[in-house]
Amino acid sequence: MLEKRPQPSKMWSYATPLVAVIATMVFGGVLFALLGKNPVEAIGTIFWEPLFGEFAFYYRPQLLVKGAPLVLIAIGLSLGFRAGIWNIGAEGQYIMGAIFGAAAGLAFYPLEAWFIFPIMVMAGALGGWIWATIPAVLKVRFGTNEILVSLMLVYVAEQMLASVSLGLLKNPEGFGFPGSRNLQQYESAYNAELIAGSGMHWGVVTALIAVIFAYVLLNRHMLGFHIRLTGEAPRAARFAGVNPARLVLFCLGLSGALAGLAGMFEVSGPSGVVSIDFNVGYGFTAIIVAFLGRLHPVGILLAGGLMALTYIGGEIAQSQLGLPAAAIQVFQGMLLFFLLAFDLLTNYRIRAARSEVA
Amino acid sequence: MKFTTLLASAAMALGLATSAMAEDKTKVGFVYVGPVGDGGWTYEHDKGRLAVEEHFGDKVETVFVESVPEGPDAERVMTQMALDGADLIFTTSFGYMDPTINVAKKFPNVKFEHATGYKTADNVSVYSARFYEGRAVQGHIAGKMTESNIIGYIGSYPIPEVIRGINSAYLHAKAVNPDVEFKIVWAYTWFDPAKEADAATVLIEQGADVILQHTDSTAPQAAAQEAGNVVTFGQASDMSEYAPFPRVSSIIDNWAPYYIARTQAVMDGSWETVNTWDGIREGMVEIGEISDRVPADVKEEALAMKAAMAAGEYHPFTGPINKQDGSVWLAEGEVADDGTLAGMNFYVEGLEGEIPQ
Amino acid sequence: MDLGEINPVLLIASLMVAATPLLLAAIGELVVEKAGVLNLGVEGMMIVGAISGFAISVETGSPWLGFIAAAIGGAVLSLLFVLLTQVALANQVASGLALTLFGLGFSALMGQGYVGIKPPDMADIHIPVISDIPVIGPILFQHDPILYLGIALTAAVWATLKYTRVGLILRAVGENHDAAHALGYKVIKIRILAILFGGACAGLGGAYISLIRVPQWTEGMTAGVGWIALALVVFASWKPWRALLGAYLFGGITVLQLNLQAAGVAIPVEYLAMSPYIITILVLVILSADKSSAPASLGRTFHASH
Repeated sequence: MLEKRPQPSKMWSYATPLVAVIATMVFGGVLFALLGKNPVEAIGTIFWEPLFGEFAFYYRPQLLVKGAPLVLIAIGLSLGFRAGIWNIGAEGQYIMGAIFGAAAGLAFYPLEAWFIFPIMVMAGALGGWIWATIPAVLKVRFGTNEILVSLMLVYVAEQMLASVSLGLLKNPEGFGFPGSRNLQQYESAYNAELIAGSGMHWGVVTALIAVIFAYVLLNRHMLGFHIRLTGEAPRAARFAGVNPARLVLFCLGLSGALAGLAGMFEVSGPSGVVSIDFNVGYGFTAIIVAFLGRLHPVGILLAGGLMALTYIGGEIAQSQLGLPAAAIQVFQGMLLFFLLAFDLLTNYRIRAARSEVA
Repeated sequence: MKFTTLLASAAMALGLATSAMAEDKTKVGFVYVGPVGDGGWTYEHDKGRLAVEEHFGDKVETVFVESVPEGPDAERVMTQMALDGADLIFTTSFGYMDPTINVAKKFPNVKFEHATGYKTADNVSVYSARFYEGRAVQGHIAGKMTESNIIGYIGSYPIPEVIRGINSAYLHAKAVNPDVEFKIVWAYTWFDPAKEADAATVLIEQGADVILQHTDSTAPQAAAQEAGNVVTFGQASDMSEYAPFPRVSSIIDNWAPYYIARTQAVMDGSWETVNTWDGIREGMVEIGEISDRVPADVKEEALAMKAAMAAGEYHPFTGPINKQDGSVWLAEGEVADDGTLAGMNFYVEGLEGEIPQ
Repeated sequence: MDLGEINPVLLIASLMVAATPLLLAAIGELVVEKAGVLNLGVEGMMIVGAISGFAISVETGSPWLGFIAAAIGGAVLSLLFVLLTQVALANQVASGLALTLFGLGFSALMGQGYVGIKPPDMADIHIPVISDIPVIGPILFQHDPILYLGIALTAAVWATLKYTRVGLILRAVGENHDAAHALGYKVIKIRILAILFGGACAGLGGAYISLIRVPQWTEGMTAGVGWIALALVVFASWKPWRALLGAYLFGGITVLQLNLQAAGVAIPVEYLAMSPYIITILVLVILSADKSSAPASLGRTFHASH
């Protein structure tokens, strides 16, 4: 029988992720064994190889590359989620940020100048902001559901992406193939690694700043207090003078801008090209990351790292052990299930069930 | 750059280590854009991989990673394969082009083969298939078999590869049936079986009695079967489960001979950068069995055309051919050059509608 | 360009087919949400239903057994969601997303041996005389049985919600779970049943794609239909008949844009492809005057602490 704790258990909030990871290893091991693979080797490959294996010098920076967009988007989303504002269209905002950012950069091609990259950064943030402000304005003005509108806009953004890849932004020297010029080959627009081989590009730096910013905002700032209050007790928030419309515009706008930035840093750096299949689901995965991190900035940082680890470790396991990609997906699903399920122990106590006379 | 040196020396060290351990086991990596179970593009590449394993037995080890998104993930997967000692890596999607070049720079001793792209390097070859040769055969059969004179064509995205196929099929349908009309529908997706089914149904409802598809699922085949008297062709794989009717023939991607040859070249040390664009002659494009539902004389003509292409005597784009706007593209007897074909972005004369831009 | 080539009768008949997977999944999710639970795992349950149905009908040769298996498959997967959200009281949004991720992977593992196989055919119902009536015949009386099942299910859900005690309790649980609990209703039990029903419906919808609409098995073949079904529920403001209407509208726009293309109308394809989504947003705005219907407890976790 479950009993709600008066306040979340500190001990369990640290212990549950560990318990969940161990449970995933056990069940994942069974799955891998069923597929005819050595479970110890498979799990070792996923968790150990990227961090401490022979080629960790390459994989560790890659963790930053893979994790940064997840963290950056999830931080933005978490602020809204805390206030009960559900932006699940970050994928679309990510795409629009990439399109705006790349378009701003390519508009100057082939000019080389210091101001191009900052303009791209602003354009990227603007693109994401616009795309998230549409559901915000519609919610404030008409009371439409932001979950739905933001989700619908993902599909609109995907079609836009296909359209510009085949038209507006198509590389004129690309022999008619879809996709833009490669921004990696355009120095002023290239979001290169700040230190070669470190994986640190501006997106990673921005993600870390966002974590700190969100932490300060939530703990030290009035606005952060309003966000938390609105989520926990909407009516009380109103009495406390929170303007719900402004909060919606702020939370959606900010999360959109951050998702847009993530898209812009990705397209100008690791990816380089605006193409039909540019987006790889960061916007949706980031929702999971936000919850895994319990909507807490530091938690999100760790959760983003963990997700990145399973992606990279999963790829290694695929190629070294011949595991199908689907098995890795199932494994990730299990990890999420266990993390979510064991979260119970943080907020509730389990007591031996006994029949009570009311 | 220090990092590159580090990677290279690691690869070198590993290369030495593996060559010391397993003297002559060649490691071949494959990077796939879809799941091996997609029944189409990736499925056929994976059949090529299995053929390499079968052909060389213990002398090779193959590894693959499926459903790798184009971009940084692809770059990481390739790097990882190279670090793990791959000698040869096939990257099987157009979007892997720049990542392949990037990784190839870091691993000068590893050979790379990129499918459907155009950028080569000292250790990067490109390869692609002349599917339009198969389209010519299809166009011929389609032109002969249509009774409504309306042929439906399901395209994925308006890119040169697809446009080339449409032009080739149209020219050869028109050659045998001057009244033929093409209805073209762009699905704007690589993969969405339900949408492909809808597209086929729509074309059939608008009078098409032959459906050509440049998408990989069997959905259009099923739609045609349900309609009853509509002819289809298999795409990417044979789709023989719909033979003998509606599927009367097919274009099959056969990568196995190329993959075996290139692996052999790495083993022999004779690997060189090449720009391969193979067709029916080399066996990279195969025409699936033409079923008995095709009249015997048509089947004979189609096979004759195939034989002529196999012998190098016939090119599907041989003048006189005009562009859609009526301007001359190829004069009498002139044969299209590969450069124009590779970047083809116009319809030939007679096709209606515009290519979406 | 010749709009005369578009046959409205066939257009309507084929949009009904295109809409059925959407409708089945949306009706299930509608019941789930009416009970106050938001399950974003529809896509995952659909794809698991698609492969369960496909595998069983290939093995047994019976599409009917396939559909039953699909419903069971979808429900079994939704049981995971039950464990997470009703037993472990985890967040519903995150659990739903995790369910989709898991379902996509799991279905791919299950389906490894089924690529490139043709499933047994399910014959269309053909009733002599009335199926042959012009116009009405092809639209109403020449479809497969599952399409009618979808419509029947819509009617059943509508009637149950509106007229029965079960429906009343379900709505009460969704509106205010604390009050419902105080009245002595088993909130958790009712929600579990609703979630299982939603899973079964999503499974049927998935199997409709793999067994009738396409029919074949390929990984990830639902290609986002589950997400659209989610949108559809809100679009319908939790009303079953509106869900039917919405499903036809969604299916209709897709089929219509393909029709326009085939008829040679020079329209930018990508803008047409995005039109269903934009129209949904517009409809949401128009319908926003009606705020009565969203279940008040939607997405909130219930725990009987007293």
